[in-house]
Amino acid sequence: MMNLKSPRTGGLLALIVVICLLPLFLDNAFHYEIAILIAFNAIVCVGLNLLIGYGGQISLGHGAFVGLGAYASAILTMNQGWNPLLSLLAGAIFTGFLAFIIARPILKLKGHYLAMATLGMGIIISIVLNTEDQHTGGPDGMYVDGLAFMETQMYWYWFVGALLTFSVWASLNLIHSPIGRALRAVHGSEVAAEVVGVDTTRFKVMIFVVSAVFASVVGSFGAYYSNFVTPDIAGFFHSIELVVMVVFGGMASTFGAVVGAAILTILPQVLTFLHDYEHLVFGLILMLTMIFLPKGLVPSIAGLFKRGDKK
Amino acid sequence: MTLLKVNNLSKEFGGVRAIDDLSFTINPGTIHSIIGPNGAGKTTLFNLITGVYTPTTGSVIYDDEGVTGFKPYELASRGMSRTFQNLQIFFNMTAIENVMVGAHLHLNRSFISSFFGLPSIKAGDANCRETCLELLDFVGLLEYADTDTDSMPYGALKRLEIARALATKPKILLLDEPAAGLNPAESRDIDEVIKKVASRGITVVLVEHDMKMVMEISDHILVLDYGRKLTEGTAQEVRNNPDVIAAYLGG
Repeated sequence: MMNLKSPRTGGLLALIVVICLLPLFLDNAFHYEIAILIAFNAIVCVGLNLLIGYGGQISLGHGAFVGLGAYASAILTMNQGWNPLLSLLAGAIFTGFLAFIIARPILKLKGHYLAMATLGMGIIISIVLNTEDQHTGGPDGMYVDGLAFMETQMYWYWFVGALLTFSVWASLNLIHSPIGRALRAVHGSEVAAEVVGVDTTRFKVMIFVVSAVFASVVGSFGAYYSNFVTPDIAGFFHSIELVVMVVFGGMASTFGAVVGAAILTILPQVLTFLHDYEHLVFGLILMLTMIFLPKGLVPSIAGLFKRGDKK
Repeated sequence: MTLLKVNNLSKEFGGVRAIDDLSFTINPGTIHSIIGPNGAGKTTLFNLITGVYTPTTGSVIYDDEGVTGFKPYELASRGMSRTFQNLQIFFNMTAIENVMVGAHLHLNRSFISSFFGLPSIKAGDANCRETCLELLDFVGLLEYADTDTDSMPYGALKRLEIARALATKPKILLLDEPAAGLNPAESRDIDEVIKKVASRGITVVLVEHDMKMVMEISDHILVLDYGRKLTEGTAQEVRNNPDVIAAYLGG
């Protein structure tokens, strides 16, 4: 049953190979830091891509879900003395529940209106984290104990690598199932999906919750890894950054989400040698990519190979 | 024995009565055509029956159950499916995937099984693919199975919608202008497909402008004009009705 040429198993193997070989090229703690950051962002993007790329619903507020996970872990472990993994679980359940409550009314909206509503949701959550300073430490953020058993950075590297592989695998499973097809049908034509029996609202809500839980889990682990949380993580810019990663890598492509997260996490580090012009060049690269590869990086390149095959 | 019963149905759009106090019944196992000039309310009627619109007044009884105001997916689970006048294809998928979405209600939709890619999901999908290939063959699109729908010709997409609707295993199938925009040869193909669908025992409700096709295959014809019933009956009865001639030719 293992078909190496299928993009599904082939891509997953490629990802595993990259994760295993990457340490050969990572020289110092900073390099590992970036690699771990990429994996964190990639996991959120894989979840967000289910919502944006496959389900066709925009969210400009997913940074807030990362923030909720991070702060749930921070507050429960530091203020309440909970076990870190239990806190992570509680954070994920709380975020999932909140996403579920918000999703029903919000996902009735389409296009710009949905973008506005999710944007508003993100901003509200971010304001709450900023102002409830007796619990959250306010704009200064708060310190979080790490996970005791994650002794070194290498542990973290392998752990987030495994977590990323798992989320890509699960995302591919989901896409290649009746649920995944129903989700893409919602993107293709809502009315046609309804008349063949797809409860479109249910699937939109489901995938919104799933992507929020992905974000929350990453938020929690991120907090344990960096030992610190600030409200920036839940902010508007982080939300936008996540959407840009998904779109840049290629919508409706799980590997696109990973590649997008990787490139857009590395790029600002690489461009630091440009000093003052860093942001200018960064923006220019984004613009040119979207003009010349409007489908995003991975689908456009895959398209080129497909055409090459036929010749 | 009636399969579908429409009672005093009306639909207003800001003061315009698109459907006005309309009543009729549809018997199982027949091809039932709805005709009328442009703007007569045929597509609105379809949207009301299939739950895309909610009627202003009146009721729809399907299979001895009041289904007025039901959502389309609730009707689909009771065996009602349809196609669209302006194509509603899932252009982000291949032909076979489009049809497989049609089989949605007959597949395992457990989230946990899907998330972990359990063998039951894969077995179900492999099975479903076989059934859907048969349906593609049935409408004559087998060669397009793994083609992206955005590179398929218009006539093929029209038939793909029928295959997708059939995948829901409907008792009643509503076809909204299946031959619109097709050339005579393609139109004949559709004609054959519709007859084959009806011979499977599926009740067909057809909105169509191609009069030759309507007169040839319909068991019963309902004529609408300005949202009201002008007349109904067999092809012969309708053809000779002076009101119908007046509505179509003006007068």
